[in-house]
Amino acid sequence: MAIEIKMPALSPTMEEGTLAKWLVKEGDTVKSGDIMAEIETDKATMEFEAVDEGTIGKILVAEGSEGVKVGTVIATLDGEGEEPASAEPKAEAPAEETEEKPKGESEETGASPAQEKVETGARQLFEAAKHDAAVADPALPEGTEMERMTLREALRDAMAEEMRRDDRVFVMGEEVAQYQGAYKVTQGLLDEFGEARVIDTPITEYGFAGIGSGAAMGGLKPIVEFMTFNFAMQAIDHIINSAAKTNYMSGGQMRCPIVFRGPNGAASRVAAQHSQNYGPWYASVPGLIVIAPYDAADAKGLLKAAIRTDDPVVFLENELLYGRSFDVPKIDDYVLPIGKARIMREGKDVTIVSYSIGVGLSLEAAETLAKEGIEAEVIDLRTLRPLDKKAVLESLKKTNRMVVVEEGWPTCSISSEILAIAMEEGFDDLDAPVLRVTDEDVPLPYAANLEKIALVNADKIVAAVKKVTYR
Amino acid sequence: MAKAPAARKAPVAKAQPPVPNRERPDEPKLYEASKEELLEFYKQMLLIRRFEEKAGQLYGLGLIGGFCHLYIGQEAVAVGLQSALSDKDSVITGYRDHGHMLLCGIPPKDVMAELTGRQAGISKGKGGSMHMFSVEHKFYGGHGIVGAQVSLGTGLAFGHKYRKDGGVALAYFGDGAANQGQVYESFNMAELWKLPIIYVIENNQYAMGTSVNRSSAEDQLYRRGESFRIPGIQVDGMDVLACRGAAEEALEWVRAGKGPIILEMKTYRYRGHSMSDPAKYRSREEVQAVRDKSDPIEHAKKLLEEMGVKEEDLKAAEQAIRKQVNEAADFAEQTPEPDPAELYTDVLVERY
Repeated sequence: MAIEIKMPALSPTMEEGTLAKWLVKEGDTVKSGDIMAEIETDKATMEFEAVDEGTIGKILVAEGSEGVKVGTVIATLDGEGEEPASAEPKAEAPAEETEEKPKGESEETGASPAQEKVETGARQLFEAAKHDAAVADPALPEGTEMERMTLREALRDAMAEEMRRDDRVFVMGEEVAQYQGAYKVTQGLLDEFGEARVIDTPITEYGFAGIGSGAAMGGLKPIVEFMTFNFAMQAIDHIINSAAKTNYMSGGQMRCPIVFRGPNGAASRVAAQHSQNYGPWYASVPGLIVIAPYDAADAKGLLKAAIRTDDPVVFLENELLYGRSFDVPKIDDYVLPIGKARIMREGKDVTIVSYSIGVGLSLEAAETLAKEGIEAEVIDLRTLRPLDKKAVLESLKKTNRMVVVEEGWPTCSISSEILAIAMEEGFDDLDAPVLRVTDEDVPLPYAANLEKIALVNADKIVAAVKKVTYR
Repeated sequence: MAKAPAARKAPVAKAQPPVPNRERPDEPKLYEASKEELLEFYKQMLLIRRFEEKAGQLYGLGLIGGFCHLYIGQEAVAVGLQSALSDKDSVITGYRDHGHMLLCGIPPKDVMAELTGRQAGISKGKGGSMHMFSVEHKFYGGHGIVGAQVSLGTGLAFGHKYRKDGGVALAYFGDGAANQGQVYESFNMAELWKLPIIYVIENNQYAMGTSVNRSSAEDQLYRRGESFRIPGIQVDGMDVLACRGAAEEALEWVRAGKGPIILEMKTYRYRGHSMSDPAKYRSREEVQAVRDKSDPIEHAKKLLEEMGVKEEDLKAAEQAIRKQVNEAADFAEQTPEPDPAELYTDVLVERY
């Protein structure tokens, strides 16, 4: 019987790819290890190897095809001695239900019901991240032309623009130069700026976080990329003890203008050691600026601001958002203010406060709630330190009810901080206790079903909102 | 003390010369100081000694609090090395930092007032003994975390190279810090990128209470760069001329673009690790023997006398230093504490 060769998932978040090139043709014999095709994901071009021996029966997806879903049968392989059967094309076969890989980044999710099936918690986060802000950033002049781009591109453009503007700015980290970035965020920077300013480091986070901080103290403006913030724990001493405290301890004479950036929070099925949100950790440290954007426009405008400021910044990105596209203003020099929250959707019945990928879930929950007659106002904090208390309290004054949504642990979190602020400074405006909707208070499990239970989702937000609105 | 090449031990004379597989710096020579230079070194060492003695005294009186680490005994290291620097170069060290600061040209009263936690201190009283900086004097701290200054200093060197300003970073750390992981991460990158940095291991033989032999599998610390192809030189850190000679050799190496170099300075601290260390891990006799036989200041004094400097000139120098230190101490006692409003300043540079 013919073996089906399916479009492989080549990264934890890959959902589809481009079948760039077939290296075999129908009738060719292949053995295990032979390279059959080249497949492009949004991050890289990968070689696709044969696992089984046999003869290529039918090629079902032509080379150059874009947006080929993971799990799609792309060719058939006839076992030894079999007649090359012209297999019935099952080209549009959806991914098998048993496909363990959560589907990752895809702009156009197929209409097939099987593909809409939510398999993991990360998938829910990711799906919700399709939501654009319902209201435009009031800072933008009316009629501003917008450009659709991924978060990844927005971050890259921010760095490139600032590097053109200021030659003290350089980027260093693991795989940022020749590899073009582990998540392709630094793509193209090496070509434009050269190896003196786009610097590959060995795998030594503690060392290069210190070197970056020292370079900043000496007058440069480093961008230090961590492949993920999970690895920055090796370097947290320099972020906190060296970068954050220098200005204070020197009585204001020695600065450390550095940006530590990289993906933060849960990705997809990468389990406990690679899935944690450090927002609350860094936001508890005086002397640091902590930024965690949701959409591409904020990512661009805030990263540019982060590079420009003379204070040390921890810039928390989200891997699940990298491939998401959003509208980014076509403005020459789009710089946003640090420390300002943004109303993503207006409402009068309840305030949902969130940041980073939690904003997508909150917008999704708000849509669901709107159908039931509850108008939720969604606030994206954008900056976690300094926190825009004013925006939170003003919205609370209007709605008198609040739910805080955070993809992260509940204890000593941004949520608990917002709860404290609401209690201390907004007590008279409260008509119900403020509730938090967060991940479960456990290390993130690997198993798909457990991960799904552990992560925050829109249903939990809807339930919490109903509780505070007594519905 | 001859500077002529002929005076050097000539390895070619050996029957079976070891062939180094890569270039190494020459063995440093004793620096041939003029009478004036040596007198200056003497004064600088004496300033540090008297300053530290005074700091110890003020600590005893409760005017200085917290942790306070004195440099007494190690003076020749910083004086010898820093006297060779130019104003392009930068200096960074750990928490035993008072001496290095004075040598960077920071007025003693600014340092002492920081020790007493006053507004007039170099960090407005917000840093204290372990956290002092002067960007103006290219002194970058003053760091309280053991080993942090090694990566930070490597970053300063990165900056010198990036800006092509010709400067060299001098990063001091102790025998204890030499066992920290980030030191080796930094060594690797510094050699890989040929950064202009001199790593100075001030081996005073005790990491707080643990001797080098009890803490270091390779106790010849100048060899710690071998795995990274960073050459190392062991130096008599109790002889200011040996220290200066080593600085000359190291600077020549680094300024030639050959990458980092390690200097292991064999030295000794007379006092405890910090003011609160009773130093039970070594005998009184051990300390006394070093004081008697190897004191760097006495050594320099003897050389000066041999060069014909008069006893009364040395006395006069000493008196001037005492006066300077006393004035610094008086100032540090009398100058006001920071205004309470200062609590909230300098947390961030900008307003958001």
